[in-house]
Amino acid sequence: MSFRTGVWAAGLGLAAAIAAAPAGAQTPKKGGTLTYMISADASPSFDGHRETTFATVHAVAPYYSVLIRVPPDNPASTTEFVCDLCTAMPTPTDGGKTYTFKIREGVKWHDGSPLTAKDVAASWNKIVFPPQGVTSARISYYSMVEKIEAPDDTTVVFRLKKPSAAFLPALADPFTWIYKKEILDKDPKWYEKNIMGSGPFKFVSYQIGQSIKGVRNPDYYHKGQPYLDAIEGIFAAKQSVRVDAIRGDRAAIEFRGMPPSARDELVKEAGKEIVVQDSDWNCGNIITANQKKKPFDDVRVRRALALAIDHWRGAPALSKIAIVRSVGGIVFPGSPLAATKEELQQMAGYWPDIEKSRAEARRLLKEAGAEGLKFELTNRNVDQPYKFVGTWLIGEWKKIGLEVEQKVVPTGPWFQAMRTASFDVVVDANCQSVVNPALDTGKYLPQSVYPESYGGYEDPKSVELYNKMLDATDPKAQRAAMREYEKHTLDTMAHAIVTPYWYRIVPHRSYVKGWKISASHYLNQDLANIWLDK
Amino acid sequence: MYQYIVKRLLLAVPTLLGAAALVFILMRLIPGDVCVIRLGSGGAHVDPASVNACRESLGLNDPLIIQFFDFIWNYATFNFGNSMWSGHPVVHEIGQRLPVSLQIAVMATVIAILLAIPLGTISALKENTWLDHFVRMFAIAGIATPSFWLGIMSLVLVLDITYLATGKAWMPPITYVSFWEDPIRNLSIVILPAITVGYRYSAVTMRLTRSAMLEVMREDYIRTARSKGLMEQLIVNRHALKNALLPVVTLIGIEFAFLIGGLVVTEQVFNLNGIGKLFVLAVQNQDNVLTQALVMLVVTIFVVTNLVVDLLYAWLDPRIRFS
Repeated sequence: MSFRTGVWAAGLGLAAAIAAAPAGAQTPKKGGTLTYMISADASPSFDGHRETTFATVHAVAPYYSVLIRVPPDNPASTTEFVCDLCTAMPTPTDGGKTYTFKIREGVKWHDGSPLTAKDVAASWNKIVFPPQGVTSARISYYSMVEKIEAPDDTTVVFRLKKPSAAFLPALADPFTWIYKKEILDKDPKWYEKNIMGSGPFKFVSYQIGQSIKGVRNPDYYHKGQPYLDAIEGIFAAKQSVRVDAIRGDRAAIEFRGMPPSARDELVKEAGKEIVVQDSDWNCGNIITANQKKKPFDDVRVRRALALAIDHWRGAPALSKIAIVRSVGGIVFPGSPLAATKEELQQMAGYWPDIEKSRAEARRLLKEAGAEGLKFELTNRNVDQPYKFVGTWLIGEWKKIGLEVEQKVVPTGPWFQAMRTASFDVVVDANCQSVVNPALDTGKYLPQSVYPESYGGYEDPKSVELYNKMLDATDPKAQRAAMREYEKHTLDTMAHAIVTPYWYRIVPHRSYVKGWKISASHYLNQDLANIWLDK
Repeated sequence: MYQYIVKRLLLAVPTLLGAAALVFILMRLIPGDVCVIRLGSGGAHVDPASVNACRESLGLNDPLIIQFFDFIWNYATFNFGNSMWSGHPVVHEIGQRLPVSLQIAVMATVIAILLAIPLGTISALKENTWLDHFVRMFAIAGIATPSFWLGIMSLVLVLDITYLATGKAWMPPITYVSFWEDPIRNLSIVILPAITVGYRYSAVTMRLTRSAMLEVMREDYIRTARSKGLMEQLIVNRHALKNALLPVVTLIGIEFAFLIGGLVVTEQVFNLNGIGKLFVLAVQNQDNVLTQALVMLVVTIFVVTNLVVDLLYAWLDPRIRFS
């Protein structure tokens, strides 16, 4: 390369770098304590492998490492994954059945001992093949995994039964913390009550139901991080407490999300001192009719329920008061396998002409002999967005002459009603972490295939279409298969009604920098990127 | 007297047993399952095998009769067990939270006594004057105002006043520290909830003090005292108030015992990590072990408080003798 060409190349490189840099990007400052709110009373245990609640992730994730994760600087991406403990994202071999990860050298546990591939393999074996008596909440995500080995101290190999597009997203699940093999060998339940990881922060103290504190890990392997000296998570289930805490600057942020009213209140009161980040949320409510009960075993009745709902006008109206916003089908809106608006409009409940849709709903009800049907909508005693969504649905169904009573029950009885099929129609929920349509959509399958599906139906066609989608490795073929599965589930058989996807709104103090919102409140919560501009 | 105390303490045993049986049965009648809630409350998929493993580890798959006798035997041997939700010993869970509720209950009681007894007495002595009307209005407002509203309003007021005065909104710290660790921080955390609770508490007590005083002041022995030419202050303090306080002491005792486990709303509003909040959490989570322990704690507090109140009667009215 000549000098002249080199100067040009350097100039272009510099220009590209400037263009790529986000406007107003700042150099992170070191120091300070981040106080953040956790919108729960307490974390059930410290063990991420066992728990499914955000309360565990928000409290404990900063103390652990994972193998791979969503990119901390771009967590909104639904397709990109980066290494945390590994050195490079692997290319699968053996026809897509073998993934070999090289593990970083020099990583230390918080007790000072070295972390090796043996620890990584032991942790993953606990997640995928838990020993007798040990609970692993996400075991079903890894049904494609045949074996996990650590042939040496820097290599971990995952062998799959068959190639699967769902594997890498499942591997990036934020609950899959790496534990120390020596401890697991002695007591696989030790991590339920204790914290000892290799993450950006070292655990200091925990007061049950009040707060959890940590300090910076000086040996953290991502150079320069974390930026904070310390962190303190404060548990507060009541929203007014969390809003007031941020308003009074007793806390800087609450990561789960707040309703629009809380955002508006904070912005109004604190003005420029509050910054709001928002995003579509990989959570949604699914309305499920009990097909073991008449007349919900009649597809015409279920289609009528779907056809009565005006998603296109309802979603924007609801978004003003509730944490919902985007209209979507079975797949998370905007992700590669999701239906386009035109594709959605072909299905019951998404027709662009709502009058035509409701006329068809009335015709179907009449044909099924279910005109003026009265039933109970079982809902969870959670304001946002359950009760808002339930109330909206009742209004929509009233427009086709249905008389629906909302029965609001606490979480325990809500689960009980679904599990024992003692409901007419229920407001269920589907809340996931990494956007992983192949697995996220399982809830629409018959219960005999997917135990957390509560419609009470058998449908071999649905299972066949789902498996076809799951087995497809070519993205185009998988998208086409997903459309078939979705059309069959939501339109032909009307097994479920998908209400608008939740919308995550995180207002925080403007001095909190570096944290970026993602599609899930479980993701990007190790807090290593956060710094305080004050 | 000692015999009386021992007898009362022994009588507490069947009371505790009855409460234990009742809470055991009631907790099992509520639909739901601690394992389902713990593993699935985040909304994610829960593997039924995991739920079953969890139930097995907590002994929930055992027959009810076995569970009941285990529970009674454990209590008899002072083994209160571990929380089904967190796995921590319930003694530890309750031990962390009891000082918070206890401090607020004590402070609220002190505030209530300081307000209620003088104001109730003055109100009775100045019956149907503007002062009496004012005190009665103050008391009715205290009873009628929900404590959650008063709590939120007091917080908003503090935020707004400090914002207007200094340009920076201030609110009390939201994590509890003990008085011995940091007295100023401790008081800044508990003073608002103590006032909130103490106001309602004082309102109830004030009304009872007033009516008791009115009744006593019409008694013959007061008339006799007056006819003897005793000073009014002496009549009120030595003859009337002491007798009027008997029902008031009973009320204070019951209210105090109630406050230990009953500060649910106040603890939620001020994010205090007390017994009331723990109670709600335990019931919501179907944490039978913790709920049972909390019920037993509250029952014990009621038993002890009632005993103390009964003993105070003898001090207030020497005519009362226990045997």
